[in-house]
Amino acid sequence: MQSPAGSTLVIQNLNKKFKTRENEIIALQDINLNIHQGEFISIVGRSGCGKSTLLRVIAGLENDYEGLVVLGNKQISRPGLDRGMVFQEHRLLPWLKIKDNVAFGLADNLGGEKIRIVQEHINLVGLTGFEKAYPHQLSGGMAQRVAIARALVNRPQVLLLDEPFGALDALTRIQMQQEILRIWEAEKTTMILVTHDIDEAVYLGDRVVVMSSRPGTVKKIVPVALARPRDRSSYDFIQIRKAIYSEFFADAEKPFAYAI
Amino acid sequence: MSVIRKYQFVSPAVKRVSQYLILPVAILVIWQLLSQAGLIKPLILPPPTKVAGAFWELLSSGQLPKHIWISILRVSEGFGLAALVGIVMGIGIGLSRTLDRLTDLVIQVLRPIPPIAWIPLAILWFGIDELSKIYIIFLGAFFPVFVNVIEGIRNTDQRFIEVARILEVPRWKLIRQVVIPGVLPYIMTGLRVSLGVAWMCVVAAELIAANQGVGYLINDARQLSQTDVVLVGMITIGVTGKVMDSMLKRLENRLVGWKISYSGD
Repeated sequence: MQSPAGSTLVIQNLNKKFKTRENEIIALQDINLNIHQGEFISIVGRSGCGKSTLLRVIAGLENDYEGLVVLGNKQISRPGLDRGMVFQEHRLLPWLKIKDNVAFGLADNLGGEKIRIVQEHINLVGLTGFEKAYPHQLSGGMAQRVAIARALVNRPQVLLLDEPFGALDALTRIQMQQEILRIWEAEKTTMILVTHDIDEAVYLGDRVVVMSSRPGTVKKIVPVALARPRDRSSYDFIQIRKAIYSEFFADAEKPFAYAI
Repeated sequence: MSVIRKYQFVSPAVKRVSQYLILPVAILVIWQLLSQAGLIKPLILPPPTKVAGAFWELLSSGQLPKHIWISILRVSEGFGLAALVGIVMGIGIGLSRTLDRLTDLVIQVLRPIPPIAWIPLAILWFGIDELSKIYIIFLGAFFPVFVNVIEGIRNTDQRFIEVARILEVPRWKLIRQVVIPGVLPYIMTGLRVSLGVAWMCVVAAELIAANQGVGYLINDARQLSQTDVVLVGMITIGVTGKVMDSMLKRLENRLVGWKISYSGD
């Protein structure tokens, strides 16, 4: 499989079904998406639209799918160190110190290099000084920073973010959005962020993939050609946000329009 | 208003300690009063003062320390062995489906047999000395640890397994850093249940066939109608069991300090 020039991740005609005892649920239908190296992609959709499933397919956690999902000329069939993932819950091991949680995914034969890599990543996410703390001693935002550091230690090509800020309060969420942009600019990792927050999707993404539900399909891809740092209250930002907003709520407004 | 003022003079520490003591002290006082009023026959239940007297007598004669020490030794040996074998077998069987299937039927059939039912066989096999007691205690204390370890492994958080898969964490590291620490709280719960069962078993074994130990002390005193000595033996078991459980609880807090548990309002 030859990927188009400049694309790291190619998804073609992807279908994913879940079989239950009685019936079949189509989670993803005919997804086509090319993601370029170093790109920041936001995926928005209602809950249950299959956006998390799409991320899990890319992660290699769901392997009985149809179609092509190719990263760097290799079909994805299982997890690999070229992809990192951050979940909505931090999923830190409660019995390990922060530094050991960050080191969890590192091979043991690295020796002194390991300590350096761990410290580098703790510094990267701004948690210098918390190396010996335990997860329950951290706030939600800090725990999520550790999860990001843990996902980045093996320098993955692609970082998959599954609603990573969904459980945080509004102010922490904004702070974490700025933080992930800083990390993205420093690490040049391809980012794929799943969210149901339109504002977040537009603030972070180079492109916003809008998904519709049941079955999950790509409804529209909206490019966000705005320079960073982005101003959430600027005219252009609001226009893009409005366009995406109408993708979700236009259906509901139509009958109203006809009534007039 | 008066309620608020009252509490200002009682420090929280004093309040907490007195909350622990209210019930036992009340039981002792009522027990003593009922005995002095002649409502309880001394042969059925001697008053606390008489039990305390018997306790002091047994303590100064060295009888009580000798018997309790023998029982503690038996419990420690049987329980220690059960803990070791229970944890090792539990982890092995918990991690391997094949091992699980190979051993499942035998274990499931052996498990419902009360350890006490093993006493006749244990005496036939090991005589009435130490070995038969340790065997009974081992049988009783083994299953709570074993079952809890397997339960703990089966309950390993799948979300952590996913994280490990994504990071390509090797299997042995997964076992060492995810499975075993996750099982620790279950092991501790199992150990505490096991210790209780171990005390039940030692006393039962000593009641039936022994010439020393607290169980023997109790049975001997019953035959001589020394109800106060019977009570001394019983209370000693209770206190010793409680002390050993507290030690395990301390160990638990040290080992699984990361776990924030709910301790009631």
